[in-house]
Amino acid sequence: MIYAMCFLLFLIGLYGATCKKNIVKIILGLVIMEYAVNLFLILLGWRTNGQAPIMSQQTDLPAFTATAVDPIPQALVLTSIVIGLGILSLMVAIAIRLYERYGTFDITEMRRLKG
Amino acid sequence: MVELLVGVFLLFMIIGALIALETTDLLSAVISMGAVGAALSICFLLVGAPDIAITQMVVEVLSLVILIRATIRRDLTTIEGDRDFFGLMATLAMICGLLIFGFSAFLRLPPFGSPAMSQSFQAPARQYLNCGLKETGAANIVAAVILDYRGYDTLGEATVLFTSILGALAILRVYSRKKKQ
Repeated sequence: MIYAMCFLLFLIGLYGATCKKNIVKIILGLVIMEYAVNLFLILLGWRTNGQAPIMSQQTDLPAFTATAVDPIPQALVLTSIVIGLGILSLMVAIAIRLYERYGTFDITEMRRLKG
Repeated sequence: MVELLVGVFLLFMIIGALIALETTDLLSAVISMGAVGAALSICFLLVGAPDIAITQMVVEVLSLVILIRATIRRDLTTIEGDRDFFGLMATLAMICGLLIFGFSAFLRLPPFGSPAMSQSFQAPARQYLNCGLKETGAANIVAAVILDYRGYDTLGEATVLFTSILGALAILRVYSRKKKQ
């Protein structure tokens, strides 16, 4: 059920990226897709009554291994979030440059882009 | 309990994403995107990922600043309408097909709350949780994975980030073009 809602969020982002005319809306759609995928990967590692994979002084190791959530998706999603910021800044830079060139964010009016 | 809370926040995120995509004012679209990111951060906190929640919050603030820089004082005339009707219908039909495919695929996943690592005793995650403190000395296993076990991944991530910032700067600079004219 939770996975399905995550996938619905991904599809909303896909709709925004494919059907919108405004270039800022397209960027927002791509960011929504990225959010949905990150959340899905984190949810895959959740254990019922789990705890964060951080030890303390009193932690008992076998009990910790039996209850901690999966650390590998968390480590990889951490990478993915930071890379998402880089992608976003690159997309926004291109959008700003296109706006200065054509005076609009509407992709159907940027005639030169037609192949 | 956690499943219910995550579901509520996911519903909030879906509504926020729809508002962000459908509103005509660009600035309110960007701000509702910020609300979606904050709800995502709370979701991460609920499912036991505090590191991700902190990173998501920082990245969200930065990306809001970048997006507002892109939209403010530009193009206050709103752009109405979608693309042409046939293309829109075709895309929506494709998305519906993908939705049905996704629902049938999710029935085959392990259920929410029992990840693959709790079923297999050979899973690398178990190894990391068991020996992480002994082998790396880090109490935070996520930090142990990104900085020790998979350190080359983090190096690659830094390279990608550096390259993208370099690309953004190269696109945005005005200095060399002015000199050429």
